[in-house]
Amino acid sequence: MRLDELRPPMDAVVIGLDAVGAERRRLMDLGILPGCAVRAERVSPLGDPTAYVVRGGLVALRRSQAEKVVVGLRTPESGGPNGEC
Amino acid sequence: MSADACGSCAVANLANLQRLGLQVEQGEVVVALTGNPNTGKSTVFNMLTGLRQHVGNWPGTTVTRAEGAYRSGGAVHRVVDLPGTYSLLSTSSDEDAARDFLLFGDPDVTVVVVDATRLERNLNLVLQVLQITDRVVVALNMMDEAARHGVRLDVRHLERELEVPVVPMSARRGEGVSELLEAIASTAAGTTVGRSRPLRLPASVAAAVDLLAGRLAMEFAGLSNVRWVALRLLEGDASITDALVDGRLGDLDAAMRCRKAS
Repeated sequence: MRLDELRPPMDAVVIGLDAVGAERRRLMDLGILPGCAVRAERVSPLGDPTAYVVRGGLVALRRSQAEKVVVGLRTPESGGPNGEC
Repeated sequence: MSADACGSCAVANLANLQRLGLQVEQGEVVVALTGNPNTGKSTVFNMLTGLRQHVGNWPGTTVTRAEGAYRSGGAVHRVVDLPGTYSLLSTSSDEDAARDFLLFGDPDVTVVVVDATRLERNLNLVLQVLQITDRVVVALNMMDEAARHGVRLDVRHLERELEVPVVPMSARRGEGVSELLEAIASTAAGTTVGRSRPLRLPASVAAAVDLLAGRLAMEFAGLSNVRWVALRLLEGDASITDALVDGRLGDLDAAMRCRKAS
């Protein structure tokens, strides 16, 4: 599943990034890396962008960015609910 | 206790802090302030210089850099407050300003202001800065907020891991400012020597970087951080490639240095 399918207050774990070049780099710089927990926090009134909790910080992503992030459901081994990895 | 020890202790630092506001011309030591957006860089800047740079609790408050000065320990420090950035690698136009100064402005000390409540996320930039310089001080800001959220930080451990000075502070309350002054002064003077963390590259990539860096150094005499630039070119970084193609890369370096010398 993709990050843009996550609705508040769902959380998930990043599995991979389906982006290349600057777009991939940007996501990584925002802390979105494989193994990292993410939680959908709130959706803007127009439905895009959506704010996610990543590593204790809030990151707003456009749908076009979020759909590049492959996520899976959290398992006991993966990070905690506040986005720590 | 000798008079020397008294003169260099943290309390004396603060007492001797002379905020010089906009008198930046005579700055001997250039201090760059960087950090993620909304970590309190401008609050630190105002504490040091006595200026009232616009401070806001939202990202993008500082869109161009601001400069000010202070005198401490006999030396005039010129402080450059840069727009917040998450990275030196993927940048938007206001982040470009920060990146360009850190890479090509050749600051004597780079202070990375870090939000103690979002440490993990902030460390990405710290490590990127440590790839290009060892003259780094980490200002662990918003310690009061962290305490309020029940977050306790092992500052000494962090300092050991990062191998550069880490100063816990709460700039808003003026806490930790004298310790920051001391860390900046000792890093500038070379009495505190941090350790940079150059990327470990596979041999083939390192060879390509060296080759390209050599060519860059010939083309742009005196260009700082040529290996960093070479690696970006190999990555296909569009903004660095453009700067190379239209010759802006050389101008950029000159412009940043010029500001320091003036």
